[in-house]
Amino acid sequence: MLEVEKVVKTYEGNPLLRGVSFAVREDETVCLLGASGSGKSTLLLLIAGLETQDSGRILWNGDDLEAIPTHRRDFGLVFQDYALFPHLDVSENVAYGLRMKRWNEETAKQRVSEVLELVDMGGFEHRKVTDLSGGEQQRVALARALAPRPRLLMFDEPLGALDRALRESLVMQLRHILQETRLPAIYVTHDQGEASAIADRVLLLHGGEIVRDGPPAEVWMHPGSAWAAAFLGLGFILAGEVIDEAGQVSTQYGSLQIPSACGKRKGDTVQLLVRPGKTDDRVIIQGQVADVVFQQDRFRVTLEGGLFVYIDAAPRIGQEVAVTVRVECLE
Amino acid sequence: MLDDERAGTRPAPTADVRGGRRSGQAAWLSRVGLWALPLAFLAVFFFLPFGRILAYSFSPEAFRGESLQVAAQTLLFTVYQAFLSTVLTLLAGVPLAYLMARFRFRGKILLRALTLVPFMLPTVVVAAGFNALLGPRGLVNVLLERLLGLSNPPIVFVGTLGAILLAHVFYNTAIVIRIVGNALSSLDPKLEQAAQSLGANRARLWTTLYLPLLRPALLAASVLVFLFDFTSFGVILLLGGPAFATLEVQIYEQSLYYLNLPVAALLAIIQLACTLAFSIVYSKMIARNVVRTAPRSAESNLREPRTTGQKLFVGGMVALIIVLFILPMIALPVRSIARLDAERGQRGGFQSGLTTDYYSELFVNRRNSITYVPPFDAALNSLAYAGATVVLSLAMGIPAAWALSKPGRIERVLDPVLILPLGASAVTLGLGFIATFGRWLLYPWFVPLAHTLVALPFVIRALQPAMATIPVRLRQAAASLGASPFEAWQTVDWPILRRATLAAAVFAFTISLGEFGATALVSRPDYPTIPIAIYRFLSQPGALNYGQAMAMATLLMLIATAGILLIEKLRLPGAGEF
Repeated sequence: MLEVEKVVKTYEGNPLLRGVSFAVREDETVCLLGASGSGKSTLLLLIAGLETQDSGRILWNGDDLEAIPTHRRDFGLVFQDYALFPHLDVSENVAYGLRMKRWNEETAKQRVSEVLELVDMGGFEHRKVTDLSGGEQQRVALARALAPRPRLLMFDEPLGALDRALRESLVMQLRHILQETRLPAIYVTHDQGEASAIADRVLLLHGGEIVRDGPPAEVWMHPGSAWAAAFLGLGFILAGEVIDEAGQVSTQYGSLQIPSACGKRKGDTVQLLVRPGKTDDRVIIQGQVADVVFQQDRFRVTLEGGLFVYIDAAPRIGQEVAVTVRVECLE
Repeated sequence: MLDDERAGTRPAPTADVRGGRRSGQAAWLSRVGLWALPLAFLAVFFFLPFGRILAYSFSPEAFRGESLQVAAQTLLFTVYQAFLSTVLTLLAGVPLAYLMARFRFRGKILLRALTLVPFMLPTVVVAAGFNALLGPRGLVNVLLERLLGLSNPPIVFVGTLGAILLAHVFYNTAIVIRIVGNALSSLDPKLEQAAQSLGANRARLWTTLYLPLLRPALLAASVLVFLFDFTSFGVILLLGGPAFATLEVQIYEQSLYYLNLPVAALLAIIQLACTLAFSIVYSKMIARNVVRTAPRSAESNLREPRTTGQKLFVGGMVALIIVLFILPMIALPVRSIARLDAERGQRGGFQSGLTTDYYSELFVNRRNSITYVPPFDAALNSLAYAGATVVLSLAMGIPAAWALSKPGRIERVLDPVLILPLGASAVTLGLGFIATFGRWLLYPWFVPLAHTLVALPFVIRALQPAMATIPVRLRQAAASLGASPFEAWQTVDWPILRRATLAAAVFAFTISLGEFGATALVSRPDYPTIPIAIYRFLSQPGALNYGQAMAMATLLMLIATAGILLIEKLRLPGAGEF
């Protein structure tokens, strides 16, 4: 369906996207995850036709979209700041796309109440959009994008302006709506939780390139790079140097035994991910407790040097402890 | 103070959140297209005349000793009266701004609207209003004469510096109330609470919190007030009398009475240089102090006056508003229906009472002379000119404001180009027309052209903020929903801009109707406008002439006030002013 091929975009002399390629298949939700300023929103604007790339192509079913202006692409867009038309009421906002496509009034009216029902906003037809709460506005924006039955839905940090509790409930609602409508969708966010909840596939955007592409479980299990592991908040990143090929690696926490030394040679540096929740493995790390914080049903214990683990019993600050951890090799 | 910063929830501006500006030549061409009409208009009707003035001002006659002496004296007096007026305006305006920004009291909305009316009121109306109150035939003098049995008016007001200063305060206090008041009401009340919790009393609040934070607003207001006082024309001519001449009045007299265009041109160049400098300072200031959209509800800063001190303050300020702003505006209509003069030949017999004579007289052609034009015809001229001004200034203003609201490189260069006509006074514009178009001025349509030049900056300022408040996102959303660029404009931009456009139209209409400076120089004697007719009546002797001036000024005041209140109602909340 949608194919993005080697897209390059420069902003005021700084390369923002340096050759991004990916595809979105039918009935698949793809999440573009990246830090702010990584160019992920720009990528959406390029796909929407609201910006033009310096080079590269964007294709829909094999056809280059370059000559097709935004209003004939049939791609729905949902913005972080909603962009609801302040001079129109809820139903007029939702009907806007139908009006542009010259739907007849009766079917348009039906469609409006149908999508408002879908986003749980039935009965709000004649409210002013400026009187709605943030969550309600975002649901109207979603209904507006859904109404004209777009070929593709795009979300630009749609929940970024909302508070945490609302965000979590809306993510679940959004997930169900996307499953129900079976529309291909691109969802841009910098929030890992949102991404893992909503995506069939996650694309990590970093340094103008897609550094990881896969289903959430796979990406979370095998982040690949140290940047990805840190960005996803998977654990502490520990740098080390291989002492011998048998698996001795020297780190700030002393010499650790890493099976096959991540396949590296003697003298190479390695990046290790220390997963905080997995304390069942053979690697033992010793250190002095710097901080203890109670979280939900366990303690987050941080050692001097920054490494942290989750354990059930709280040690005292300053105490020398030994913890067993799982250590994974990173690229 | 930008919206984004206050919202707080949005991530820092990054390359992610840029507008959808299409790159390349098409965009550049459309920009040039937007500018073509307004620039062509300004080139012919502003920059060409400006060039002629410049040429005249470098002629040898302009640099003779006596010319330079006139120029120096006039400049000195202009600065002197503008400085005094500005100080007095600040003294009246800052407490009133505080009153409006901080207190809730009965009748406030009405009072606030009334303080805003004078700023836009035609000068002839203001002059006639003060004349009706304090002039030799004014209400106060006639009453005192009668009570005390005097034969001469006891209060000499018209023809004094005091009259000029008072009228300037009346005019420009609204600016201080607006700018300083807005800044005050958008101050976070938590700052005040924090300062108080740290031990600041009322006085220390002013010295440590308000004044430092309001300094940009105070400076901006002062510069703007000074600019308006500096270029004041009608007030000086009508209330100051022959003893006082500012640059404006001197330009007018030199070009119309002494027919000395070189000296007039020299004065115009001096004036333009000064006002341009002030304008640049002013736009630099507001650029630093800009509030683009409605600030967080100013309601939270309002409170009822509770302590005795607060009640006294509110009472005193309301009294000030009534005396300063409302009395002259009431005196005018009252005087226009009051017969107070001793009729000639009836010794000692006062014939007093209410009369509609002055109004019915407006429709009669008294003197069967060729040069006399009945007031009714002047009104028709004014309406025709105002209609043409609306059409012209919208045709120029809409594309210019549109381009300015999405500034690119061209706009950064062109913004000062638009400021220049704003800096040029109406009289200078008139002089430029005389110097350039000479005999062509026999065609009456030069008057609406001059009015368009006067109104254009106001029209642009009325439109531009509304255009700038429409986020790029809305247009992007419309496009993603299938709206072509034209459909997006039609269904999103235009409905939002309709109000602002109507406000701009009313602005242009009201300005044209009351315009005096340029009209005084450009209009033909047999095609006078309402303000010109009022000026003629005021400068002729006799109770009937005086009464007719009052009657016409009252009508003009009512129309202008209606226009001003309409603009107020149409204004987007928080959208830019001045």
